[in-house]
Amino acid sequence: MNNNIVLLPLLIPFVTGVILIFFKNQIRWQKILSILSFLGMTGVSLYLTNLIANEGIQTLYLGGWEPPYGIVLVADMFAALLVLTTSIVALCCSWFAFSSIGKEREKFYFYPMFQFLIVGVSGSFLTGDLFNLFVFFEVMLISSYVMIGIGGTKRQLRESLKYVLINIVSSALFVASVAYLYAITGTLNMAQLSQRIAEAYALGEGTAIITVVSILLMIVFSLKAGLFLYYWLPGSYSAPPMVIAAVFGALLTKVGIYALFRTFTLIFYHQQEVTHYQILGWLAALTSLLGVIGAVAHSDVRKILSYNIVAAVGFIVLGLAVFSHVAISGAIYYLIHDMIIKALLFLLGGALIGIAGTSHVKKMGGLIKHHPYPGWMFFIGAVALAGIPPLSGFLGKLLVIQGSIEQGATHGLFYLFAGISLFSSLLILYSVMKIFMHGFWGETKLTKEEEYGTTKGLLAPCSILLLVSFFLGLGGEYVLPYVFEAADTLMNPSIYIDAVGIKE
Amino acid sequence: MEILMSVVAGVLFSTGTYLILTKSLLRIILGTALLSHGVHLLLLTMAGLKTGAPPLLGYESNAYTDPLPQALILTAIVISFGVTAFFFVLAYRAYKELGTDDMDELRGTDDE
Repeated sequence: MNNNIVLLPLLIPFVTGVILIFFKNQIRWQKILSILSFLGMTGVSLYLTNLIANEGIQTLYLGGWEPPYGIVLVADMFAALLVLTTSIVALCCSWFAFSSIGKEREKFYFYPMFQFLIVGVSGSFLTGDLFNLFVFFEVMLISSYVMIGIGGTKRQLRESLKYVLINIVSSALFVASVAYLYAITGTLNMAQLSQRIAEAYALGEGTAIITVVSILLMIVFSLKAGLFLYYWLPGSYSAPPMVIAAVFGALLTKVGIYALFRTFTLIFYHQQEVTHYQILGWLAALTSLLGVIGAVAHSDVRKILSYNIVAAVGFIVLGLAVFSHVAISGAIYYLIHDMIIKALLFLLGGALIGIAGTSHVKKMGGLIKHHPYPGWMFFIGAVALAGIPPLSGFLGKLLVIQGSIEQGATHGLFYLFAGISLFSSLLILYSVMKIFMHGFWGETKLTKEEEYGTTKGLLAPCSILLLVSFFLGLGGEYVLPYVFEAADTLMNPSIYIDAVGIKE
Repeated sequence: MEILMSVVAGVLFSTGTYLILTKSLLRIILGTALLSHGVHLLLLTMAGLKTGAPPLLGYESNAYTDPLPQALILTAIVISFGVTAFFFVLAYRAYKELGTDDMDELRGTDDE
């Protein structure tokens, strides 16, 4: 089914980004256009999601070249849900940026770069071949290099050097693994790759080298997602202003997770014993454990929240490692929840730091007296993050744990992994509650006049995110059918391959 | 020919890695540039080299070089040039601002 709508989530932010460059000095127009662009993108992706639910996977052959020769965009349910979540997060974060990012950064093309970042993110979700995944990764990364360094404070410059270096190296490895994969299979279209590798396994030829390439790709995506190879993440994500950190935490690592899900469900699903159960399982468990240890150890708001990203990555990938329908749908649900709730917590953390003038939890206190709304919003967000029942994290967590316990019947290790994840959830709750207890609760250290900033204009976008989180939790019966359909597609590669329509 | 290209790619990879592991920022950037060149050569070699046939597919032709890797390399080279240029500018600005290009002195954060 060839449908031009698939291109719109890419085209809208791209065209807006280009137009915004011409409005360098008219910040007001930049703001209006940014909001309009993300509103449009949200509308389009809502429409696209419903279209996919009714009519199946939508594809677009760019330039009319049919696969495997041309570039193809594929919107299955998984990609569409993530694009939808991305546009909601982008809408709220750009709104939050209006009154928090500051005049200097606005003048140096913050809003256009934001748009280009979203182009890269939604492009990575929608692309149907591996090399274009690399290209969209680069679009996203180059915008993120600019955004992490924009403003040029000492700390930002120092951390952006490491961030850029890590990403250049991982991109080089990505191209190298694409080269090897092309040498083995002679194609880069993901649907055709899936077919060719299935044939190779049926014949029993070259399976060893395919496993090696799959692990090389796993390293690349793990570096981007912060799965085990996360050492660069807390430093880099805590350097830029909180709204940029919110976008990074909510979207950039999730693109790495998406790529892991796509490649390890569609292409490399033949050696589950090795790649999924052993390697991904251990990586996921260790990541959630080490991430949460970092979160508990620090007492800096930015650092605590950054380490929480790492812990969540481990939990989501556990769903992939289990590789059953239940666990995958749980992971997708948790992924969507995590994008929303991480953005919310980072934005509220940004508001908190803005008011208190410090990011150290021990130096702030009692803000809830003058700021009850952000205080309680943060509390609800923290509870949702840990997955307390009526809120959004619970369903995803339940499904992933259920899946891994079912899998534990045949592979005993998964009992251990599920235990580690539950234990780390508990510590996650402790680490964010630490921010709440020290920052909002306790003795009020600042009077109304001594505060360093206001929350004017910052609470509306946070409330939208909180409402979405409520909807995800309480309206589970509306969301779950979509998530199950996404998991169906991931578990049955033939649906994807048929939809792309490879003609040999 | 493929063997020679593989060896060259390997030399570029190892030199790039060596340079990335040094302290000086400038060397690190040059290392990343060499690393990406190695990757591009690898991409070209992996598809198999064929001398004497242009990468054009006519209806009559019975031999042609695979055009896809060349298209991929073109994209990858453009990206790596852009990123390297950006990295140089970033490093220059960081050197101006922080007063050092020694990676050892750029460790840690203010609050630790």
